[in-house]
Amino acid sequence: MNIVVLVKQVFDTEAKIVLSGNTQINADGVTQIMNPYDENAVEEALLLKERLGGEIIVVSMGTQKTVEPTLRTALAMGADRAVLVDDPALEGADQYTAAQALAKAISTQNYDLILSGKVAIDDQSSQVPARVAEILGIPHVNVATKIDVQGDKAIVTREIDGGIEIIETPLPAVITAQKSLNDPRYPSVPGIMKAKKKELKALSLADLSLSAEDVAAKMTVLEYSLPPGRQAGRLIPGDPAQAAAELASLLHSEAKII
Amino acid sequence: MSKGIWVVVEQTQGNIRKISFELLSQGAKLAAEKGEELAAVILGAGIGNLANEAGQYGADKVYLADDAKLENYTTGAYTSVLAKLIKENEPSLVLFGNTAVGKDLAPRVAQRVGVGLASDCTTMTGDAAAYVTFSRPLYAGKVNAKIASPAARPVMATIRPNSFPAVESAKTPETINVAVNVDATDLRAILKEVIMQAAGRVPLTEANIIVSGGRGMKTAENFSILEELADVLGAAVGASRAAVDGGLRDYEFQVGQTGKTVSPTLYIACGISGAIQHLAGMFSSQVIVAINKDPEANIFTVADYGIVGDLFDVVPLLTEECKKIKA
Amino acid sequence: MNFELTEDQTMMRAMVRKFAEEQCLPGLEERDENEEFSRELFDQMGELGLTGIVFPEEYGGVDGDYISYAIAVEELSRVDASVGVTLSAHVSLGSFPIYKFGTHEQKLKYLKPLAEGKALGAFGLTEPMAGSDASGTRTMYVADGDSWVLNGSKIFITNAYYADTYVIFAQSDRSKGHRGISAFIVEKGTPGFTFGQKLKKLGIRSSATYELIFEDCRIPKENLLGEEGQGFKIAMKTLDGGRIGIASQALGIAQGAYEAAVKYAKERVQFGKPIAEQQNTQFVLADMATQIEAARLLIYQAGYLDSAGKPYGKQSAMAKLYASEVAMWVTTKAVQIFGGYGYSREYPVERMMRDAKITEIYEGTSEVQRVVISAALLKEF
Repeated sequence: MNIVVLVKQVFDTEAKIVLSGNTQINADGVTQIMNPYDENAVEEALLLKERLGGEIIVVSMGTQKTVEPTLRTALAMGADRAVLVDDPALEGADQYTAAQALAKAISTQNYDLILSGKVAIDDQSSQVPARVAEILGIPHVNVATKIDVQGDKAIVTREIDGGIEIIETPLPAVITAQKSLNDPRYPSVPGIMKAKKKELKALSLADLSLSAEDVAAKMTVLEYSLPPGRQAGRLIPGDPAQAAAELASLLHSEAKII
Repeated sequence: MSKGIWVVVEQTQGNIRKISFELLSQGAKLAAEKGEELAAVILGAGIGNLANEAGQYGADKVYLADDAKLENYTTGAYTSVLAKLIKENEPSLVLFGNTAVGKDLAPRVAQRVGVGLASDCTTMTGDAAAYVTFSRPLYAGKVNAKIASPAARPVMATIRPNSFPAVESAKTPETINVAVNVDATDLRAILKEVIMQAAGRVPLTEANIIVSGGRGMKTAENFSILEELADVLGAAVGASRAAVDGGLRDYEFQVGQTGKTVSPTLYIACGISGAIQHLAGMFSSQVIVAINKDPEANIFTVADYGIVGDLFDVVPLLTEECKKIKA
Repeated sequence: MNFELTEDQTMMRAMVRKFAEEQCLPGLEERDENEEFSRELFDQMGELGLTGIVFPEEYGGVDGDYISYAIAVEELSRVDASVGVTLSAHVSLGSFPIYKFGTHEQKLKYLKPLAEGKALGAFGLTEPMAGSDASGTRTMYVADGDSWVLNGSKIFITNAYYADTYVIFAQSDRSKGHRGISAFIVEKGTPGFTFGQKLKKLGIRSSATYELIFEDCRIPKENLLGEEGQGFKIAMKTLDGGRIGIASQALGIAQGAYEAAVKYAKERVQFGKPIAEQQNTQFVLADMATQIEAARLLIYQAGYLDSAGKPYGKQSAMAKLYASEVAMWVTTKAVQIFGGYGYSREYPVERMMRDAKITEIYEGTSEVQRVVISAALLKEF
């Protein structure tokens, strides 16, 4: 079973966001990590490979300098090789751009299954996997908490609002991982040492026979702004009983919520 | 006369979800501003009675795709019907709720139609050039982006629940029955089973009030004191990553950058220190209350009301006080 | 001259940091409070290959370098110094002498499981009468047929009780001084080998520290490590390398305390502004950062020399001396920045301060490091 895993590097969750002007997020000095949900996708691919054999190809987009550590991390966890779409024309990409480029890169590979995280914690759009599936003309199943591959189909348990669904999908399909899907392994020391010897192939748009227009973004960011800082409010004094009574009364009469 | 603003209405078991009323209400405002009509698009089976309900919130027109094949939400069938309808009618704007269904359906439809999608937006403003602009929080609210689709039409967006009020403005909508042609490719992935959790608490992302616990809760059992408060307030119960990592609460209740992003009217944080990744997930709450015994806890820097004290003393007393007010 | 870590070392740091924050941090306070050793964390480190970084693949290691090893101990200790010393004592003290002085058979039998993290290692040198002065060793051994028979006791032994394999030093004839000392590999469970008191400690409370007792403990002839009479040299060589581990532990403690102090200084408001805006606080933070960076460079230099097969005894002593004193100073200042809260167990800096003290004492006190350094430099002129 050959599995493509879409991974993305994102700012660490503890990172503070600093803007350069009002149209750019400054990445200088920010620790970048593999998108946490993508770790679950990589882990699921590794578990499937342990059971069914095959090859795991991690695929990403961006400049090699930025993305390579994340790809190497996936390789250190046990993925076999990496494909990166790296092209100056991808600057200012939106989800449409990313999907066009990634789907084309995937289409050059042999795959039975495509896995990804359910959301990237930076732009939080949850769009790219579904768009990739649409371009490749295959089903997608989002927010999987369990994936059971049986021959050329998969039985997927996925989270919906207020419950779960069980979906049977033919393969290949795109399936996105919820955090509870599994417990991602850490890259081991031998894994890390082997990772640098594994293949990382960078492809330009020209390599994929895509033009800049093919991937032109549909959406534009007009402006970034930092949310207005919340002012610390007031501390309610008194012993627990007094404070609780005062709080309840403030929520009732001042905030008018209760 | 342009082609209108569409709201893709979400219904479960014949009930329209609150988010759809919020979208219709805000859509009606924008439609009036633009001089366009507001249409609700409802997919399902045996849903004829929902047209008038959509009218209650300002829909001029209702596209009704009522077919047994649409009884439950499936990505393939819903995408097919909706994308076809959009291509035929070319609306100016299509809005979805940023719910499990909206997040699954909207990107696939957008790709099939060949347009962009503004995900998880919290504001929407009419714009002469771009038709409409949106603002959406990124990095779980650490930064806001104002975005637009300059050329591609329709403009499509998913809107975060609780971003707009649901306001009734009764209309009698014109109902258009949509022919449903779903082929085998649309039905490749089969829905085998839906298991809904026992009705009880509101889902975190839709709750008006959330009572949340952190590492300070110490044990899973102790969450019962938060549940008691939540019962009195009709609230959902959330947890910080520290509490989830510590095994005190399941991941599905995690609020924060790697959990759920919420914006309730009231967020009560109990024994939560206020790590940046937690704040990111609840920062946009209207009113934040913090109860923590550590006066230096970061959570107090964002709280509207704070009590420095032992949550095990304060929370039960607060529950009693709220009972009195509610009574 | 290149001061950048390699890609492997950078990834290793990220991995160990994540492991420490996700696996060592939960339950840390309880383990400290209850003086509870976690074998589970050690097992996990073994699975990740941290126990085998510096050993060859042939013997279960991964052929890595000493800087990577230093980084691993540093990152563990940044969160939990007890876990840091568990790894350091296991690798530098419990495993290294077998790697350096063992026979091929001994390496296959003992080093391989140690490097793979399937067995835990410990090192028994210190005795009530032999602390900094190893020649005072009173644990005695005699040859008896196919066996060696050990009698005596050891104190302050890190990883003891939980460890599976022990490198033990014993004396054949006290009149020979340190030339009478030999090293042996002793398995847990060997008849006559038992454990005495668990040591109650000021810091690193969730690392295991026990007395070892040998009463007519009979071990096979082939468990002599190196040659008879070579024990003192084995001990000294081992401690040369062990200093890199302890220096890294000290560095990690200092780094953890420094980060906590910076964060707190930015949050804590006094006299109407965060204390980080007071120049006094700023100067303390600047000194902390500078000293930590200097310690780090000394440690990495020693690690580089070790990996390159060059003499590193003086550098590792400098690194250990400096880093441990930096750790003590930084943690003390961190407690000061936290004020009353720093003295309470609600915040981690008091634990870090308690943990830091031992780094000035074990595997050669600061005084012994100065002896080593001065002896080396006086020879250079």
